[in-house]
Amino acid sequence: MRMSWFNATSLTLGFAFLYLPMVILIIYSFNESRLVTVWAGFSTKWYGELLQNQSFLDAAWVTLKVAVFSSTLATILGTMAAYVLVRGGRFMGRTLFSGMIYAPLVMPEVITGLSLLLLFIGIGLDRGVLTIVLAHTTFSMAFVSVVVSSRLVTFDRSLEEAALDLGASPWDAFRLVTLPIIAPAVISGWLLAFTLSLDDLVIASFTAGPASTTLPIRIFSAVRLGVSPEINALSTIMIAIVTVGVITASLVSKRSMVRQKRDEQAAARAT
Amino acid sequence: MRRAILILVPYLWLLALFLVPFIIVGRISLSDTALARPPYLPQFSWDEGIWAFLSQLDFENFWFLTTDDLYWKAYLSSLQIAITATFFALLIGYPIAYGMARAPEEWRPTLMMLVILPFWTSFLIRVYSWIGILSQEGYLNQILLWAGIIDAPLIILNTNTAVYIGIVYTYLPFMILPIYSALDRLDGSLIEAAEDLGCSRLQAFWLITVPLSKNGIIAGCFLVFIPALGEFVIPSLLGGSETLMIGKILWEEFFNNRDWPVASAVAVVLLLILVVPIVLFQRNQQRQAEEDR
Repeated sequence: MRMSWFNATSLTLGFAFLYLPMVILIIYSFNESRLVTVWAGFSTKWYGELLQNQSFLDAAWVTLKVAVFSSTLATILGTMAAYVLVRGGRFMGRTLFSGMIYAPLVMPEVITGLSLLLLFIGIGLDRGVLTIVLAHTTFSMAFVSVVVSSRLVTFDRSLEEAALDLGASPWDAFRLVTLPIIAPAVISGWLLAFTLSLDDLVIASFTAGPASTTLPIRIFSAVRLGVSPEINALSTIMIAIVTVGVITASLVSKRSMVRQKRDEQAAARAT
Repeated sequence: MRRAILILVPYLWLLALFLVPFIIVGRISLSDTALARPPYLPQFSWDEGIWAFLSQLDFENFWFLTTDDLYWKAYLSSLQIAITATFFALLIGYPIAYGMARAPEEWRPTLMMLVILPFWTSFLIRVYSWIGILSQEGYLNQILLWAGIIDAPLIILNTNTAVYIGIVYTYLPFMILPIYSALDRLDGSLIEAAEDLGCSRLQAFWLITVPLSKNGIIAGCFLVFIPALGEFVIPSLLGGSETLMIGKILWEEFFNNRDWPVASAVAVVLLLILVVPIVLFQRNQQRQAEEDR
């Protein structure tokens, strides 16, 4: 099939629109001059300055801690919630439960942030890393449970039942049969929760204390004053990490999909 | 027993960190601002009892929102900005989704990844990248001046135009993906049939392709409109003083004016406005799921 000129142009222009701003950002992070819009020669000095900047390094450390804890908690809770919703059958308050699970997906961040802050103040919890972790876990577990439940819906329930018939306890059936099958979804849920946490400015601004500035909060306060070459350098590093991560993840999932297909074919032949 | 634990742990978590906070927001929105710690009254105390507490709550803050025209102007302007930006996102996103669905089979996974990749990169950085482009001495003005298209630099940054660009840019993947998945499933023989029966290309597009991708279009529009309505980062970085968006007002009311009751009332009203599109969106998703079956 050949592409028409119309489709080719719309794809070219569309992807140019999506990528040019980031490409420009990356190019100008290697600019010699502090005046970011004037090119004055190649230099990596802003990367050096960035690594000297203690406040950025501290913020990065806080962000990383928050992201690791909150995404792990969100993955555990989100997987549990997805399992309950897909396999749990009927129980009291199920509608309220599914409503609460999916509401954070569409909730404006300012409202989530405000409401959590008012809660933390109400119960007298000091704002810091812990409060950000609690907040991030709550909103990102919704995303995890969407990803995991879409995998649970499609997978063949008779596999679990077979394990139970063969004498496995429900926990063993989950651990040995269900978990390995939904593992790719759980991992991508974790990655999603991790990036959401790394990325979040609004909820973190409401729930962070003075000693727990995260990287987005730090970037936001710098960016308000305009474009700066250090932020360009920082952005480039973050874009590079994400790009490598996404490409690796997609290669790994492609390989595991191929392997799964091969296993299924082998199983089909064996029966 | 295990099942009870499985249900209770996420349930209690959400009750404590999702539902209770909303009840608190609702309760503070009915309170009065006070020079106290926390800065609102009444405070609940067991000695006075629940009725004494409830009788002090009122809708004064909501009245205040209707009397000060800053607020309803901000709600209207948020709606207008979100609708306009959604329209432009559709205008730009549809041709991209269409091109992707018509691209050779072996390109499509790569094209998909190229659309998803920006979604994984920091939102803040993607918004920030436009400051350097749109500012007065920015790259766009440099190119236009150099090409002789304009004589004086355009003022785009800190206007509503910049906010539209920011919203369209950051939420474009949300528009492209549902439309692409609708177009991808579309049976190409239907279009061929229409053309065989004498439809022009354009007619076939309007009569076959657009109606059959309707669900994707609706889903994409809601996925852009809903988050755009409460957006804070884009108006505060790219918008100017005349950009009124309710997310920004809420933020300023809370952090700058420290008026918690009014900030809470603003949040309650925003939530009420959002209920309609969210319910409509959910219904569209359900209908689509049923059609797929």
